[in-house]
Amino acid sequence: MAHVEHLDHPHDTPAGEAHPSSDHGQQHPLGIYFKIWALLFVLSTASYLVDYFHFQGLLRWSLIIIFMLLKAGLIVAVFMHMVWERLALVYPIVVPPLLLLVLLGIGALEADYTYLTRGIFFAPATEQKAPAAH
Amino acid sequence: MANHEATATLPGRDGWQSIVTDVSSDQRVFKNVPWGKPMMWIFLLSDTFIFGSFLISYMTVRMSTTVEWPNPSEVFSLTLFGRSVPLLLIAIMTFVLITSSGTMALAVNFGYRRDRKRTFWLLLATAALGATFVGMQAFEWTKLILEGVRPWGNPWGAAQFGSCFFMITGFHGTHVTIGVIFLIIVATKVLRGDLDHERPGFLTGRKGNYEIVEILGLYWHFVDLVWVFIFAFFYLW
Repeated sequence: MAHVEHLDHPHDTPAGEAHPSSDHGQQHPLGIYFKIWALLFVLSTASYLVDYFHFQGLLRWSLIIIFMLLKAGLIVAVFMHMVWERLALVYPIVVPPLLLLVLLGIGALEADYTYLTRGIFFAPATEQKAPAAH
Repeated sequence: MANHEATATLPGRDGWQSIVTDVSSDQRVFKNVPWGKPMMWIFLLSDTFIFGSFLISYMTVRMSTTVEWPNPSEVFSLTLFGRSVPLLLIAIMTFVLITSSGTMALAVNFGYRRDRKRTFWLLLATAALGATFVGMQAFEWTKLILEGVRPWGNPWGAAQFGSCFFMITGFHGTHVTIGVIFLIIVATKVLRGDLDHERPGFLTGRKGNYEIVEILGLYWHFVDLVWVFIFAFFYLW
């Protein structure tokens, strides 16, 4: 590890706060911003069209999720400059939100359970006419 | 790591070893960035969890309700030339926000080029687009409230629709509003030349520099990012 550290040292800004921007600022050709901008427009139009043409079921969901993730990825990667940042900044920011997937799973389980119990105990009046199945 | 080769020339991107090196070095973890940038990122990370919790609780109530959920495609439709176009207002709002994200990205770029005039106008355009977005949201809220949507009920179906709608879009709209104020403040600083001449800010007393434009940009792009998820999960579901 000490060996790697030595190699890395020339890149470090010597302790000072003095203008890292003048040498290390996120300066990139304008072209890439225009390309990403256009792509975001195309993807937004596409996801709007999913609704406009009334796609349903699995097709609708996969298209919506794909367009959403592509848009989010492009914004974070290029507009927020994550593709050009050091991994030591990228990982602490990008990895923790994955924890939300756990909450998503718990929420889905809980929702299914609530739906089931509501179906049993709070069924609409029309269904209550029939003798309870349980 | 698919694009490892393409980014191999950038410092600090040599796989997990570079993370270990950065974190274990005895200076600073976030190298070669102004400290305000990781601070903004950490704030945005916490905001991600707030919006994530909102959207997940929305999913939970929507999945668990036995009453039909109001169809957003119809609820948010506009009548244009005598014919109802689904989700039209929301689509326009999405495009307005994406446009503002583009102008913001350009503002950051011209800021680092020290092009004061262009940076100012691009920031102002971003603020104007943001204000337009908030205006359209206010219109949408008014329309829905007049149609009888309340946090505890609505004429079309599941009562939870209103509370989810007002909570999620309200919180997002607040973020956009704060962003617009933030944009106007930074645009004024750019126009006055505070950033070029490194004049101290009145609140923090720290020297002005163009990094604050990029940090503001992170916030603004995040607002757009959240809208991407709201658009997909609230309006298109």
